[in-house]
Amino acid sequence: MTREMTGADMVIQTLKDQGVDTVFGYPGGAVLPIYDAIFQQNDIQHILVRHEQGAVHAAEGYARSTGKPGVVLVTSGPGATNAVTGLTDALLDSIPIIVLTGQVPTFMIGSDAFQEADTVGITRPCTKHNWLVKDTDELSGVLHEAFHVATSGRPGPVLVDIPKDVQFATGSYTIPKPSASHYQPPVKGDLESITELVAALEKAERPVFYTGGGVINSGPAASQLLRELVDATGIPITSTLMGLGAYPASGKHWLGMLGMHGLYEANMAMHGCDLMINVGARFDDRITGVLSSFSPNSTKAHIDIDPSSINKVIRVDIPIVGDVGHVLEDMLKIWKSRGRKTNAEALVSWTRQINEWRKVDCLKFADDKKVIKPQYALSRLEALTKKYDRYITTEVGQHQMWAAQFLNFEDPNRWMTSGGLGTMGYGFPASIGVQMAHPDALVVNVAGEASWLMNMQELGTAAQYKLPVKQFILNNERLGMVRQWQELLHGSRYSQSWSEALPDFVKLAEAFGAKGIICSDPADLDDAIMEMIEHDGPVVFDCLVTKHENCFPMIPSGKAHNEMLLGEADTEGAIQAGGAVLV
Amino acid sequence: MSALHIKKGSTRHSAYNLRPTFSDVQERHTLAVLVENEPGVLARVIGLFSGRGYNIESLTVAEVDHTGHLSRITIVTKGTPQVIEQIKAQLGRIIPVHDVHDLTVEGPAVERELAIFKVAGEGEKRVEALRLADIFRANVVDSTLNSFIFEITGAPDKIDAFADLMRPLGLVEVARTGVAALLRGD
Repeated sequence: MTREMTGADMVIQTLKDQGVDTVFGYPGGAVLPIYDAIFQQNDIQHILVRHEQGAVHAAEGYARSTGKPGVVLVTSGPGATNAVTGLTDALLDSIPIIVLTGQVPTFMIGSDAFQEADTVGITRPCTKHNWLVKDTDELSGVLHEAFHVATSGRPGPVLVDIPKDVQFATGSYTIPKPSASHYQPPVKGDLESITELVAALEKAERPVFYTGGGVINSGPAASQLLRELVDATGIPITSTLMGLGAYPASGKHWLGMLGMHGLYEANMAMHGCDLMINVGARFDDRITGVLSSFSPNSTKAHIDIDPSSINKVIRVDIPIVGDVGHVLEDMLKIWKSRGRKTNAEALVSWTRQINEWRKVDCLKFADDKKVIKPQYALSRLEALTKKYDRYITTEVGQHQMWAAQFLNFEDPNRWMTSGGLGTMGYGFPASIGVQMAHPDALVVNVAGEASWLMNMQELGTAAQYKLPVKQFILNNERLGMVRQWQELLHGSRYSQSWSEALPDFVKLAEAFGAKGIICSDPADLDDAIMEMIEHDGPVVFDCLVTKHENCFPMIPSGKAHNEMLLGEADTEGAIQAGGAVLV
Repeated sequence: MSALHIKKGSTRHSAYNLRPTFSDVQERHTLAVLVENEPGVLARVIGLFSGRGYNIESLTVAEVDHTGHLSRITIVTKGTPQVIEQIKAQLGRIIPVHDVHDLTVEGPAVERELAIFKVAGEGEKRVEALRLADIFRANVVDSTLNSFIFEITGAPDKIDAFADLMRPLGLVEVARTGVAALLRGD
């Protein structure tokens, strides 16, 4: 089926044919024809953000909470360069995003035209793939291929740069079959290797599942299969920051998050296991601690759709390249057909050992009657919001780690946080994207005041579209995580790590037509949180918390999983010269 | 994905399990990368090497299939076995890359390079340069009364050796194409 239409109309038609209902964007000179096409239709809603970075993070929030790709439309030059942080964020967290950028007309490319930038050059290292389309006849093919590439294999951000003359010109619109693309990453894992893994699982005395964002990306079926496998085998499971919710936090075998600020029992299980089954995680440096002492006595299996993840940092014994859902399905089938065996006797003593570690109660904190402890604030937020249809986004820093520790996730796609890139300013726009996709849900962005200020202009977006996003700001008037590292590593010399000249957040909210709430007394906190939840509209919640609270437990830089710091008493001389150079 | 020479659906790696991966030994590998000849594809490959800190010792590129618009990039690189495996896997992730072959592993392979040398000199040195060129089967492609341009093809080692000999005889300039390589046999 071929139809003649303008390039701008092709953009709209492609979005419709791909089932897109929402686009996040910001207009400008080089995308005016596409904005004109948007004006003349009602199928696709355009959300006007206040900064292009916000558009990309909003699209990420939309994508992560729905499993569908997020779409962004911005102009050339500064529009495109402002999108770079969001693209890099989506690349590191493997989030499917399609960014459409306007470009100066083809005959002006290379002339340093107004708002010209080498967009494909700039975004080449921060996209999974990108295209500059110089011919309207090729536009629809490229746009459909962009969706195919973004969502196939390991998902990621893609960018299509469309010069203004290509948007105006008429060409033929065609829908290529995804199978026509040469990019067809295999999804099925090798059955021989899967059988090898099942055999190892049957014999293992101290097995552990270490799961990651790949389970979420694989889709809800993968989470279901994971739950079935874990519950049927009785093997304990931990997850990275990215994978929270794939296995329910209330599940019997749940160890909590692992890694630098992960739970003691999770990290000790990783260190002491004899079989590690990595499902869709990538041995990130926040997870492994020092590589030379990483889980020294285990057989390691790694399921990942990206061959380059295998043996990148940790040498594994059983590599399986494939989609998590497909591999788990085969794994369950094979395990069942071989008689559903586990080393039950050994698992009992392994569970007993894990329960000993649990008794350490690594998340305990000294409560305070006068000042709100950030941990207390989050445990109250958890208690008061868990019965709602709830989605959580975060900014980056201490509050993010406390949120991961103190909030419990029962389902996938409920937790949106910048994991790989650690982008301060991610959470607010992401919460807008989530709320767009789930208009009736309770969407809370757990924030720090410094991170939140990085994209606070999106308060205008939330107000304009009446999005009832709740900005739960743990305000310690510090860059908390920076300050914590300066305390541990730099003799408590707090160089530039405090928030001076902070706004009055209540007045700020009101200035945008949103609601502001301030709370500083632990006794008032529950009522204030309920007021936030019950308000039908955007809320900025200024929660004044302890100023110098450190986030524990913590694996200090250059240390191993079994060398965690559990509290203030452990910190003296904890990081040595070798660790100090690490980030 | 062909990058790791993984059969479709397979996870086993042909050469991978034969060698200790995390060894410190630096190996020289010749990779043949078949790519779609579209704008920016070479920048993607080079950007991968610079962005991830890999070495390029030699790189050649030209379209080899005009109807299919396929180019062949031949890269000579150096690294530990783990780095070499990463390079291949990372190349395989680039969308317009169709195929990655490690000729050093899949070999034996024939490697050839073309170089042209300008050698200036007079008298005995000029005669000696001409005599050595003959031994190395280098052709004279240009001559003035006090200089030659020699053209030589061969393995990179042979070209290095020829350069060493020409240096004391008045070597002025060298231009080399980089390595082109093919697997032996069929």
